[in-house]
Amino acid sequence: MSKFILELQGVNKTFPGVQALTNVDFGVEPGEVHALVGENGAGKSTLIKIIAGVYPPDAGTIRFAGQPVRILSPHHAQTLGIAAIYQESSLYPELSVAENVFMGHHPRAGLLRAVDWEAMYRQTSEIFKGLLVDLDPRAKVGNLSAAYRQLVEVAKALSQNARVLIMDEPTASLTQRDVEALFQTVRVLRGRGVAVIYISHRLEEVFALADRVTVLRDGVLVATRPVSEVTQGELVAMMVGRTLDTMFPKEEVPIGEPLLRVKHLGRRGSVSDVSLEVRRGEIVGLAGLVGAGRSELAQTLFGITPADSGSIELDGRQVTIGNPHQAMALGLAYVPEDRQRQGLILPMSVRDNVTLAILDSLCRFGLVSPGAEEAIAKEYIDRLQVRTPSSRQTVVNLSGGNQQKVVVSKWLVSRPKVLILDEPTRGIDVGAKAEIHRLMSRLAGQGLGIVMISSDLPEVLGMSDRVLVMRRGTIVGEFQRGEATQEKVIAAAMGLVGQEAGGASVARE
Amino acid sequence: MLRANSQRATSNAWWSILASLRSQEATLGAFLLVMVAVLGAIQPAFLAPQNIRDMLINASYPAIAAVGMTMVIVSAEIDISIGSILAVCAVLAGNLAQASVPIPLVFAAALVAGMLLGMLNGALVAWARIPSIIVTLGALSFWRGLVIYLTQGAWIQNLPDAFYFAQRSVLGVPVPIWLMVVLVVSGMLWMHYSPLGREIYAVGGSRQAAMLAGVPVRRRLFLVLTLNGICAAVAALIYASRFSVIQSNAGLGFEFQVITAVVVGGTSIMGGTGTILGSLLGCLLVSVIGTGLTFLKVSPYWMQAVQGTLILLAVVVDVLRRRHAGR
Repeated sequence: MSKFILELQGVNKTFPGVQALTNVDFGVEPGEVHALVGENGAGKSTLIKIIAGVYPPDAGTIRFAGQPVRILSPHHAQTLGIAAIYQESSLYPELSVAENVFMGHHPRAGLLRAVDWEAMYRQTSEIFKGLLVDLDPRAKVGNLSAAYRQLVEVAKALSQNARVLIMDEPTASLTQRDVEALFQTVRVLRGRGVAVIYISHRLEEVFALADRVTVLRDGVLVATRPVSEVTQGELVAMMVGRTLDTMFPKEEVPIGEPLLRVKHLGRRGSVSDVSLEVRRGEIVGLAGLVGAGRSELAQTLFGITPADSGSIELDGRQVTIGNPHQAMALGLAYVPEDRQRQGLILPMSVRDNVTLAILDSLCRFGLVSPGAEEAIAKEYIDRLQVRTPSSRQTVVNLSGGNQQKVVVSKWLVSRPKVLILDEPTRGIDVGAKAEIHRLMSRLAGQGLGIVMISSDLPEVLGMSDRVLVMRRGTIVGEFQRGEATQEKVIAAAMGLVGQEAGGASVARE
Repeated sequence: MLRANSQRATSNAWWSILASLRSQEATLGAFLLVMVAVLGAIQPAFLAPQNIRDMLINASYPAIAAVGMTMVIVSAEIDISIGSILAVCAVLAGNLAQASVPIPLVFAAALVAGMLLGMLNGALVAWARIPSIIVTLGALSFWRGLVIYLTQGAWIQNLPDAFYFAQRSVLGVPVPIWLMVVLVVSGMLWMHYSPLGREIYAVGGSRQAAMLAGVPVRRRLFLVLTLNGICAAVAALIYASRFSVIQSNAGLGFEFQVITAVVVGGTSIMGGTGTILGSLLGCLLVSVIGTGLTFLKVSPYWMQAVQGTLILLAVVVDVLRRRHAGR
């Protein structure tokens, strides 16, 4: 019999346009903490969702406690003894701790099989005692801190006798002290023989907590190693796994006069004292940790959340930007991070999406001219090589990369001078990624100024002429193309300027 | 090379237009024709010109209201107060006409009233950000209550001849049918070819993406609910002048009939897609089924159940289509 409590063999999963997992073999032993690491889009979420019964695999087998199983649903996974704690809370804030722990499987008693409240409170207390945590089962979950809510999730899993517990970035919203408490709990679980699958972007946590670590990259399992036999540097190399110059088709473009000049820009609560400059033909990378205020800065520039202090100069002219409409009219364009919700109108066709922002200019006698519209849609489908059967195709049916090209087209048709791209290649497969990068190079060559927000450090370093690093709503570092390295950028992003950040170089999220 | 590509793209475009028609309006149109043919085969009197004319007139005022309702549902909102708006406008028009106000002024007053009630709904939805289902549920109840109180349940009748325009014909075609054709066609053109119409699809498809593309979302929601009020007022005038009495329970259940037609016509209840042509076909279908039931001597009390079945079927089809598209 296998030593694994849970074992996956040859698991494949494809989503439209993306091969999310390719032939993955993965196993966890009872009583181990097994870390799962990889870049954004490496396939970690897909893998755990297959284990938790959210998606079925396209191919491959899953064994649980030695038996082949088909995990039909999250509920089925729970009855097997597989529980998952996701980043988004699945708790009911208005209910008590005990009710949350036992939701769906309340202890019952008596002829009427009524909920046995006393037993529920008692059993909840016992679970927490076992975890060495002091928490009142009658407390309302909505009143608890993030750390305690996390523990309620753990207790919920234990109340269902979970033998495999998946934790997806459990420390993302915790303070350092709470992280220690959580680690304590995880170690208790390990001691009891629970297999913990632990996903984290923080490598130091992996080394502090895990027994073994599995690295995923582009949907392929690169390696599974005991943590004691691997260094941070090796992990990073496995996660990144490619050299920059082969990946990024950045062309050298003559850089011209400043197009966008921002001085002491601020907005209460999100952006403070930001000064920056973007020149004709230049790609400025905006790096920083999640929550550093990069998207907030972009949204302030674009007038979604207008600035309340500072000044913006576009093409040498002092301007005020109060809403997206004005920003567009002045020659700014913003390709938002969430392609599906913010970038596209999913039920509309490629053509209707591309022309949405410039309908007024396509009008003859107050009505939109279909000929002019079709011509523009065609032009951009050709120029950006959008792979779509026709301009009438509904965008929901396109792959991620092609959807992104439609979003970019939508903004290019408004003939912007400065293009702000927020995570332009997130969730896009490698081939389409390179195409987006080539497109950026070409646009810069045509004289656009580009601001690229990206959490993908190799992308930032590979594509930018200049890298700006944000932290806590302001710019804390600036590097020219030649001098920017992952270590320097990460050090600045984490507030370690002047120190060598070394192993922290993967703390990007 | 390029030329070949663009030619292929053109033929592909035609295919996709055909495909989209096949899946929506064409299906409905074909279904409607088959139903008319079958009913005609069973009861030849069903195809008599007088009956066809009656069915079209029966469909006319729901179809006019459906022009506005399509816009509302496409924008991912709902208005269940149109039955009460219809009652307010009809009763107002009747009272003014009884008070010997000149008829053109009477009609104008009813249209303005519909517009104002629509604007009130729109303002509450767009700026007070109350969900439209709640706003219009309140409006449904409030305006109906007011009408019943003011009329004390009395009927309004014996109005000047000029008031009964819906009973007249132009070029042999009854005025309500003319109005239906004109409003449906202009509504279709407006939705498809005007920037405003297209922005309504965008607002319904994704509020955030529309806002980022520079569409003033709230002003568009206000516009849509206002237009819907005006459409309800036009429907009210046909309704009021078609029969010789106006009752305080005028338009009871009207919202249900119109929403059924719109949803059956292929407009997604989730917003973002749908056409006025589809809604027109939906109205005709509801009208044909209603008359058909009478011809088949089925109790008219079944009509409600049939409408309910239709709306459920349409939503199931919509959900299945979405699931298919999402894959």
